[in-house]
Amino acid sequence: MTPLQACLLVSAFLFAIGFAGAVTRRHAILVLIGIELMLNAANLNFIAFWRFGPHPEALAGIMFVLFSMALAGAEAAVGLALVIAIYRHKKTSNLDEVKDLKG
Amino acid sequence: MSPALIITAIVTILAAATVMSLRNLVHCALAMAITFSGIAAIYLQLSAEFVGFAEILVYVGAIAILIVFAILLTRSGESPEKSVLTSGWGAGIVVSVLVFTALGWAVLNSAGLPKAATAAPETTVKNIGEALMGKFILPLEIVGLVLTAAMIGAVIIALKEDPKTDNSGRKS
Repeated sequence: MTPLQACLLVSAFLFAIGFAGAVTRRHAILVLIGIELMLNAANLNFIAFWRFGPHPEALAGIMFVLFSMALAGAEAAVGLALVIAIYRHKKTSNLDEVKDLKG
Repeated sequence: MSPALIITAIVTILAAATVMSLRNLVHCALAMAITFSGIAAIYLQLSAEFVGFAEILVYVGAIAILIVFAILLTRSGESPEKSVLTSGWGAGIVVSVLVFTALGWAVLNSAGLPKAATAAPETTVKNIGEALMGKFILPLEIVGLVLTAAMIGAVIIALKEDPKTDNSGRKS
């Protein structure tokens, strides 16, 4: 197994575990954590392909990861604000009980 | 493949599995910080030092703290008595196992992946800064705009509602 394949396998596992958490856990914050894990798996793929690809001097992989980190930060801030707003409105953050948008 | 890469990969995978299997949310957030540190260590070994340190700053420093604050603000720090899984969790597990099998099969059997390890590329902070200020200047400006909009949006969404202007007509 080459180092590239090892990195891709680690990132595939991170993606699968993040997906499993996002669809099976009941708490809204854990769903956000699962999404962050999936984004990190994608970032790891970018870095692995940049490092072992044919043109690492072009820095495209690093730039993609930096921009995706900034977008992940924005997404986490808005997502957690939504969780807090829903908790204030419905007094729960259990996703099975939050079924409608209309309060 | 170096032993350090194997060890950090195993730590990262175990921490990621811990995040999704613990019941207490605060413990989940701590395991998430360990996962992000492991990913940063993998970045450092792949000679992407700037991205590794940015990962520590952004994820371990900012997002983990933000998530801990959200856990405490929604009073979900204690372990729940009921089940922590949603009603249809079996299908979710099956789909994620299928996703991992498909991705792993593709990675292990793909003929197009480069076989030989190339020499470590020269990436200094100066190179990254010149690329950000030259070729990637437009995406950088747009990301700045997106971050500003997200910050204002997050503040407005989480702002405490005024009871007099409650649009559902109830006094809270």
